[in-house]
Amino acid sequence: MTDAGFVIAAYVVIIGGLALYTILLWRRLDAVRGRDDEAR
Amino acid sequence: MKTRILGFVALVAVVTVTLVALFVVPPDRNQGDAQRIMYPHVASAWLAYLSFGVTALAGIGWLWKRDLRFDAVAHAAAEIGVMFTAFAIWGGMMWGRPIWGVFWQWEDPRLTTTALLLALYVGYLLLRRLTDDPERRATRAAIVGIVAAIDIPIVHFSVEWWRGLHQTATIAAPDRVLNPAAPMQFVGTLLGTVAAFTLTWLYLMIRRYQLARAEVAAEERVRLDRLMSARTPEVAQ
Repeated sequence: MTDAGFVIAAYVVIIGGLALYTILLWRRLDAVRGRDDEAR
Repeated sequence: MKTRILGFVALVAVVTVTLVALFVVPPDRNQGDAQRIMYPHVASAWLAYLSFGVTALAGIGWLWKRDLRFDAVAHAAAEIGVMFTAFAIWGGMMWGRPIWGVFWQWEDPRLTTTALLLALYVGYLLLRRLTDDPERRATRAAIVGIVAAIDIPIVHFSVEWWRGLHQTATIAAPDRVLNPAAPMQFVGTLLGTVAAFTLTWLYLMIRRYQLARAEVAAEERVRLDRLMSARTPEVAQ
């Protein structure tokens, strides 16, 4: 793999991981708040 | 609303520093393009330290004040810290292969103590799942979080204390803060990436804290429902 390949692999995982974690966090928050509304 | 604005600012900052790091700053004279990995790698390592430091401080806060909001902060910081530690390790591996010739070397003290840090806080998160009692869970987690934080200075100073593959600090050593061993355009991009990632960390911390509080509230409701349903037959008799 070339240097550019390693750079792409690093950035895709780190920036993509940040984005994925943020989206999953929103979904988990929505799910808990949804259960909360149902309980009420 | 303020948290949404913070999230938007963090997003713009991360996109901007990523574009600058990839397309604006020139490649390093010795390391070439692989040096671009240093920007998110160092920022992730800094946020791993910050997260686990917050976990330890919030653990002390829980043991002292017995307020579950401290435990929610500790939980949020530990989960986010595990993510940033994994990013730091991944970035280091992607940089290490072209520069050192290896992805990983267990003999290196910085790499090994960082892997230990990741294992300690994954263990912290697993430990939290062992009991449903919020107070017992908070106490156990606080003790583990405080003890595990001992590894943070060991990771940071390992490059000064022992010999290994990993280089010593470029800017974050006491004698190098004002005289960094790198050109200012690289240092500026690095500090910009650290700032952008720290804003993102703050946004994620707020959201993860909200989630932790909501989860505890949901657990409490389930426990109350169980208590109520257990008492209902008694009342009926």
